[in-house]
Amino acid sequence: MSEMKLSRVLVLSGGLSHERDVSIRSGRRVAEALRSQGVEVSEVDSDSSLLPTLSALEPGSVIFPTLHGAAGEDGAIRDIFEMLELPYVGSTADACRRSFDKPVAKGIVESVGIRVPASRVLPHSTFRELGAQYLLPLIEKSVGLPLMVKPAKGGSALGASVVRSAAELPEAMISAFSYGSDVVIEPFIAGREIAVSVIEESDGTLTALPIVEIVADSGFYSYDARYTAGLTEFFVPANLDSILSARAADVAKKVHMGLGLRDLSRSDLIIDNNGEVWFLEVNVAPGMTETSLLPQSVAATGRDIGALYKELAERALLRKYSTSQ
Amino acid sequence: MTTGSRLDSFVARYAERTKSMTASEIRALFAVASRPEVVSLAGGMPNLTALPMDVISQIVADVINENGQVALQYGSGQGDAVLREQITEIMKLEGIDSHPDDVVVTTGSQQALDLVARIFLDPGDVVLAEAPSYVGALGTFRQYQARIVHVEMDDDGLIPERLREAIAHTRAQGGKIKFLYTIPNFHNPAGVSLSLERRQEVLRIARDADILIIEDNPYGLLGFNTEPTRAMRADDPDNVVYLGSFSKTFAPGLRVGWAAAPHAVREKLVLASESSILCPSNFAQMAISRYFATQPWQDQVKSFQVLYQERRDAMLETLEQHFPATATWTKPGGGFYVWVTLPEGIDTKAMLPRAVTSRVAYVPGTAFFADGFGSWSMRLSYCYPSPDRIREGVRRLAGVIEEEMELRATFGSAAIPLSERPQRILPPSELI
Repeated sequence: MSEMKLSRVLVLSGGLSHERDVSIRSGRRVAEALRSQGVEVSEVDSDSSLLPTLSALEPGSVIFPTLHGAAGEDGAIRDIFEMLELPYVGSTADACRRSFDKPVAKGIVESVGIRVPASRVLPHSTFRELGAQYLLPLIEKSVGLPLMVKPAKGGSALGASVVRSAAELPEAMISAFSYGSDVVIEPFIAGREIAVSVIEESDGTLTALPIVEIVADSGFYSYDARYTAGLTEFFVPANLDSILSARAADVAKKVHMGLGLRDLSRSDLIIDNNGEVWFLEVNVAPGMTETSLLPQSVAATGRDIGALYKELAERALLRKYSTSQ
Repeated sequence: MTTGSRLDSFVARYAERTKSMTASEIRALFAVASRPEVVSLAGGMPNLTALPMDVISQIVADVINENGQVALQYGSGQGDAVLREQITEIMKLEGIDSHPDDVVVTTGSQQALDLVARIFLDPGDVVLAEAPSYVGALGTFRQYQARIVHVEMDDDGLIPERLREAIAHTRAQGGKIKFLYTIPNFHNPAGVSLSLERRQEVLRIARDADILIIEDNPYGLLGFNTEPTRAMRADDPDNVVYLGSFSKTFAPGLRVGWAAAPHAVREKLVLASESSILCPSNFAQMAISRYFATQPWQDQVKSFQVLYQERRDAMLETLEQHFPATATWTKPGGGFYVWVTLPEGIDTKAMLPRAVTSRVAYVPGTAFFADGFGSWSMRLSYCYPSPDRIREGVRRLAGVIEEEMELRATFGSAAIPLSERPQRILPPSELI
């Protein structure tokens, strides 16, 4: 069975999450890169026609999920792949579940010795029952200003705000609750914002790709700053000394291992003014758009991104048939 | 040292006006609204289910078979002469007596808007527009770096007294008003129409103040059980540029609209159009011309009216049943839109992600203001979904509003209380 050849990659993008638009753009880029390697590619949306499509996949097909946000990164769709025993690129359903929930991921990451901002996770119901007028001042006092408010699940900075004054806190809470039922509140870590992508090589070793430093014109790497070319300056590789670079790379690899991730991941980190590396969040389906960070890191290595995607797809196929033997 | 990249090597070379063209969370959310699971009350797409596609197919074939050499060739910059003649006949329904020479055919009336803005607006010039106003017009005026001063409306449309005040305030501040942009019939997004009495008064005010009127009228023939209202241009052709469209009476995919303008303005519009597109599509014009010449198009418009009226009724009934008692909405006599004003404190832009999660979409009110107003309003379109889907969408939206009200109650309203909301008329410097 190890002779099974890659016949087709099904790039899955879109879906119904708030990040649908980004996902479609990611999917398109992945599909183009794979086609440039001579791979047969189908691009499909995650809708009611998906299950029949998946069920009809011929042997040798691999799924490359580029679904972002809920249902894409929360493990649900990967549970479906696993039930159908279909090979796919990326982390398992269990690992996605651990990673997508920011508080859960942070707890695991902290347990492997990585510094994380102390966060509070509160549902809307707590504010309703205890009274926001009492809780908000407590948050301000306990967490301190400036602070970050973001939905407990989801990416692309949707619903995320930097709060610099107490007056901004209620609106930031409302904005985060618009995207989910729980919010994470944590201190704003001032420093240099970096992203470290990790690729699992064919021999199982982890490679941390060149680090990207992100300098958003507005000072906050918001949705607009992420997906509008020109609004953010990226430094690849980041201008970090070798010790700091190695430390950040080590953190990203530990995150990948600690959460039990597979194939590829991207950790978003902050290096504070004392040179300490802080973990913010991890992406199991990192953005693959024109302005996304992982493709920039791959380009900086001189590696062809299409070849990398093809390699990952072939490995998924091998994984399926070697484990089913 | 690594040098930074902005992933766009042209970033330093873009024009100043391009800087506002960025990705946005709202745009991202609309990507979800296109999915069939979502009831989209957001878009203003005409409902083409009533069009006789077999007839249109034959018309298109006939155009090519009988006159393909002309249809597929460049044409006149001003537009096809036969179609311009037909356009004058259509405008007669609204009392406009014009000559085909007064008409410039454009690529949708959106291009006519662009041309008007191009020939009149210098950066910093002022455009008077209703509050709220058509988002596509605001975008066009912004592209020409104009300042938009909004003028309050009520159920009878633009309020003449507010118009007088806006003119006086703007001029007192040194603002140079180039024109008044108005949508007198079944307003997008407000759903209201300018009363006949007010039309006369607005015309008088504009003439006295020497201000040109741009009368945008895509929905005029889509009134429910009413005859077309007399156009403003009918009573003052020397001071009104009229914009018309086939997008709602026939099909938007053909992209054909027009401007009827005073002679000197028409000359400039033709020159401006030629410099941007050379000429409108001959093929599209000839297809429309043949359709209007050979088909009972007024009956077709009536069937559109029936279709939209049924949808409007479904929306108004369900709003009445499910929306909070403190919400208000307009009751359009035609067109596509209902303008909803929600209870104090609701921010419809902040609420949109929650709505999309609940599989319903709308356009937040701020899109229709150039000055940040409208956060407590939303535009609901009834033109495209079926009546049952409209009912379902409104029900879902009512649930979303209820949750949002609860959230706002928890955190306190971050929006400006009704009683403290600024009056519409402000010095122009505060309206930029």
